[in-house]
Amino acid sequence: MTTLSGVETAIRLVYLLAAVGFVLGLHFMRSPATARLGNTLSWIGMALAVAATPFFLTSIPDKSFHITTTAWIVIAAGTIVGAAGGLFSARLVKMTDMPQLVSIFNAVGGGAAALVAVVDFLRINSELTGSAGMPLDFSIPVGLDILIGSVTFTGSLIAAGKLQGWVSGNPIIFPGARVLAALSAGAGIGGVVWLAMSPGMVPFYVLAAGALVFGVLLVLPIGGADMPVVVSLLNAFTGLAVAMAGFVVGNPILIIAGALVGASGSILTKLMADAMNRSIMNIMIGGFGTTDAGGGPAEGGGTTRLVSGDDVGVQLAYADKVIIVPGYGLAAAQAQREAADLGNLLEEHGKTVYYAIHPVAGRMPGHMNVLLAEADVPYELLKEMDEVNGDFDTCDVALVIGANDVTNPAARRSGNPISGMPILDVDHSKSIVVIKRSLGFGYAGLDNELYTNPKTGMFLADAKKGLNELLAAVKEYL
Amino acid sequence: MTSQLLTDLSMFVLALLVGFEVISKIPAMLHTPMMSGANSIHGVVLVGAILLAAEADNTGAYILAFFAAAFAAMNVVGGYVVTDRMLGMFRAKPTAAKKEEAK
Repeated sequence: MTTLSGVETAIRLVYLLAAVGFVLGLHFMRSPATARLGNTLSWIGMALAVAATPFFLTSIPDKSFHITTTAWIVIAAGTIVGAAGGLFSARLVKMTDMPQLVSIFNAVGGGAAALVAVVDFLRINSELTGSAGMPLDFSIPVGLDILIGSVTFTGSLIAAGKLQGWVSGNPIIFPGARVLAALSAGAGIGGVVWLAMSPGMVPFYVLAAGALVFGVLLVLPIGGADMPVVVSLLNAFTGLAVAMAGFVVGNPILIIAGALVGASGSILTKLMADAMNRSIMNIMIGGFGTTDAGGGPAEGGGTTRLVSGDDVGVQLAYADKVIIVPGYGLAAAQAQREAADLGNLLEEHGKTVYYAIHPVAGRMPGHMNVLLAEADVPYELLKEMDEVNGDFDTCDVALVIGANDVTNPAARRSGNPISGMPILDVDHSKSIVVIKRSLGFGYAGLDNELYTNPKTGMFLADAKKGLNELLAAVKEYL
Repeated sequence: MTSQLLTDLSMFVLALLVGFEVISKIPAMLHTPMMSGANSIHGVVLVGAILLAAEADNTGAYILAFFAAAFAAMNVVGGYVVTDRMLGMFRAKPTAAKKEEAK
């Protein structure tokens, strides 16, 4: 064992401290009361690790190791440009557009991890002379890093494009797409093996090209509503790519942080998929709405009862307990502020008001909580599905705003696309009002039996306009 | 297998286990900030980008290292700022907060 110099020891300890900050940061995210503290701890750990690194570089005793002035400028300029870009976009983004920003941050993270391996590979490859081979414990992590990093780079960019609407949210499938996807995946994985067995530029190009193309083809056939699960999965991938980058450059903090994110991202992905009652495999293969030929109106039909804003106003004004059920339509119409205003108004008049949040409401799990928190709804009023389901039995009016499949009682029966999906028991409420733009289908292409329930009144309006109408109407009757 | 690689592998496996353990207990309402927070943590690849940029000595390597550092810095700074913005919005009811203080 070689003894480390004083500076090097100090820096290793700083890396250890940073790792502790990351773990505690995630740990404190367990409760909204401590989550912000957790993020701060994580942030401090990161700042320490990054700040210590230049000191590490200047303390390397090997005299043959010389850092050029240009290299220092590159480090400073890259860090400043990237930090400024990240800071501005994070400050300016609207909360409803946040999922695509997270996806873009994930893309650049994956890209950076891949570039680290590329730079190191090119350097070592150019230094190789004669029969001196590349050691496997270098070439294998390099290959895996380039593979995973490149897939998440292009995949996350496509996912962000789909969330933003630059790329169609519908599953995109063209003739031969599946074959091409399989070929590119094969090229990527084959490239890793080839690179490990005989390192050189040709396997490197095959690997990089295959992985970049595969990232695109992986995400294109997946529908827009599934993007959150995809972003989460790609987030986990980036973690693993960063861990591989840690093996490449021999740095412990990259390995620890990368593995931490890889594991936590996988768990989160599984939780999200579970909430939608789908397997991750099923989502990644794509095409919920594409192959579902049974998307037509369910037989039997039944009639729906249309109500006006005025009718609903009276109903709400005389109710004691109201549960608001926000869904994707509320997020799309950016009507969280109006929903919160209505909830506050009812609460001020002594009514019990809850917000029932299905795990996958909004565009990402927990996204609805963020949107309502932004509109100043105290988090005690936001109830998770298991917590609130019993409350519907004693609820006077359940107000469903732009939510569909997650309220469909058909999920309790077998034999349809949403069978077994956990739902909010909205139909147990004494009366139900649904604000919805049209009588169209939900994501699963299925009739919602809730709408034909005799207890249900359909208020056909855009979430924002409808809620404003309700606000005015309720004020008149209170 | 070198002892360095073995140490690295041990850290990797143990960190994976810690990751599984820490996350499985987070409530759904915090999933989005959690995802964003984990997303900023993998921005630590900035450390790797700096280490590599230091070894660069030709134009091609400088350009690639610049992009690696810029991408990673964007991931780190943007990730933490957006997570903090989100978490700052989770506010307790004023009355409930007072009750907490009284305890």
